Amino acid sequence: MDTQTWIYLMVGGSFLLYFIIAIASRAGSTDEFYVAGGGVGPVANGMATAADWMSAASFISMAGLIAFLGYNASPYLMGWTGGFVLLALLLAPYLRKFGSFTVPAFVGARYYSNVARTVAVICLIVASITYVIGQMKGVGVAFGRFLEVEFETGVLIGMFVVFVYAVLGGMKGITYTQIAQYIVLIFAFTVPAVFISIQLTGVPLPQIGLGSTMADGSGVYLLEKLDGVITELGFDKFTSPEHSTLNVFMLTLSLMIGTAGLPHVIIRFFTVRKVTDARKSVGWALFFIAILYTTAPAVGAMARLNLMETVQTGPVGEQTANLRYEDRPQWFKTWEGTGLLGFEDKNGDGRIQYYNDKNPEFQATADSYGWEGNEMVNVDRDIMVLANPEIAQLPAWVIALVAAGGVAAALSTAAGLLLAISSAISHDLLKSMLKPDISEKGELMAGRIAMTGSILVAGYLGINPPGFAAEVVALAFGLAASSIFPALLMGVFSKRMNREGAIAGMLAGLLATITYIFIFKGFFFIPGTNVFPDDASAWFMGIQPESFGALGALINFVVAFLVSRATAPPPADVQALIEDVRVPGALRHS
Amino acid sequence: MSEQSSGAAAAYWQANIRLLLKLLVVWFVVSYGCGILLVDVLNNFQIGGYPLGYFFAQQGAIYVFLFLIFFYAWRMNKIDREFGVEEKE
Repeated sequence: MDTQTWIYLMVGGSFLLYFIIAIASRAGSTDEFYVAGGGVGPVANGMATAADWMSAASFISMAGLIAFLGYNASPYLMGWTGGFVLLALLLAPYLRKFGSFTVPAFVGARYYSNVARTVAVICLIVASITYVIGQMKGVGVAFGRFLEVEFETGVLIGMFVVFVYAVLGGMKGITYTQIAQYIVLIFAFTVPAVFISIQLTGVPLPQIGLGSTMADGSGVYLLEKLDGVITELGFDKFTSPEHSTLNVFMLTLSLMIGTAGLPHVIIRFFTVRKVTDARKSVGWALFFIAILYTTAPAVGAMARLNLMETVQTGPVGEQTANLRYEDRPQWFKTWEGTGLLGFEDKNGDGRIQYYNDKNPEFQATADSYGWEGNEMVNVDRDIMVLANPEIAQLPAWVIALVAAGGVAAALSTAAGLLLAISSAISHDLLKSMLKPDISEKGELMAGRIAMTGSILVAGYLGINPPGFAAEVVALAFGLAASSIFPALLMGVFSKRMNREGAIAGMLAGLLATITYIFIFKGFFFIPGTNVFPDDASAWFMGIQPESFGALGALINFVVAFLVSRATAPPPADVQALIEDVRVPGALRHS
Repeated sequence: MSEQSSGAAAAYWQANIRLLLKLLVVWFVVSYGCGILLVDVLNNFQIGGYPLGYFFAQQGAIYVFLFLIFFYAWRMNKIDREFGVEEKE
């Protein structure tokens, strides 16, 4: 069977599985639609959370980021996992005890204010919409690359699949499809990694393989070899830092706080039965996430080494040591066709020179070899995962598995985000504020309509991205970090924090973060409207806009503290509510 | 709510805060400490083929995070029972 047939079979088979699950887990009540009935086991919820969390970016782009940035990609690894520690210790158990359907519902009750609740809804919708655009694009890209269909067709197919199980099943349908999607994506990610680790080091476990010696009998460690190969070609060392420590620190912190404050992740912990399950379930979520996140550095390093050695076949400087363009392997040709790889013979020798021509110290060396610039003019980082099975010469079914995995990663995250958006609309805005007398059936119908509307908006924006798709994830994390996380944290840990403080804090954190992002990236990301150039020399203390969320959170805390001390403390019933969420069961009355 | 129960609640909350602060110190040390601030120093040491600082940043910190969450869940269940605030089935 050829690769294309395998891909249709694998992707089609996975869709069939999602549809069967959708039909088996239709939602019959708002309880099922919003929180899957509240009876999901901690391990199952952990697995669903892992799929919910790991997006197209985690699956397709992260290993590629590591391949080219090496150590400097660490903020993503630590940030996107360390946030779960904050979630487990500081938020999940208490929010589960409160037992609402949505995050804004907690904010509204804790700060006894529909204004606070509305601010939370706005933050949630902006953060989730910006995030979901990337997922819709991810679906389109995965389809485009593997199934050779138009990008738009890919997005439409993705919309249809999500529509079937998310509208029908709500959180219940989403939960069980996410579990299936996790299994698909984790196999798709780890199977090629295991094969490549065996080929390069003889060790099946990529996490161990990355720290082992090469299988060629040279006794050299893989990382040592990689550092040697790339520094010889003028690239930065793989294993040590190149950027400002302060920026790495702030980026890691912003991603961690943002992770803990993203509503589509938090609501997954409303689906477990009790507080002790919520505590454990965060651990299981991180366990399932860590399987991919600890494999990704190995995939990144090994794919980079494979790529370098394909092009540079012998000692640097010897003319015959550069691959002749006409001898390039099949996968090279395949990915040239998609535009993800680009070659340009600058010195006209018919051979490929791949080196760092931006490194002034390497310039003289390159000149002496007769090299006239880096000839790998385009190496898209996504290729490190997408082309990995071909580079390692794995069978066609593995390539098909990667295709199904990429689609699963994008769909599972999109569905979680869409549910967060639609429940905020149907529950927080409609049921609680605009039309409190709506029946349960009416609310369920409203939830389904909101879900349909969200899918249409997300699909439209995925096909017609507002020109800032790459920047928006920074905005999503910035908003979650600077507005939602502090409001939730203070809601549990400070009895003195009141309505006025929380609202002022959320708005201050939000405005500061948005302003900082906009002055470097353009107002509403419109190119050319930025006040300062988006590079390290202009950034405040070298902090890039993506790293500002942590400072936004700090501003939120300070403003909230000052305003709350100048205004009246929360009423007695709210103080009692805080006491109640702090304990898992009931307080002992003796 | 009686005087006694709010005293017990305060003690339970204190125990929780003490535990989570300890765990957050570890969380900070393995990621921001070993993985970022001390990375150059630790990279002078090796664990297998891994430079140690790089290992913490891309592997070790994640394993410790995982341990911290399960440890917290296990320890809190014990504290819940000590203070009699566990969930009733």
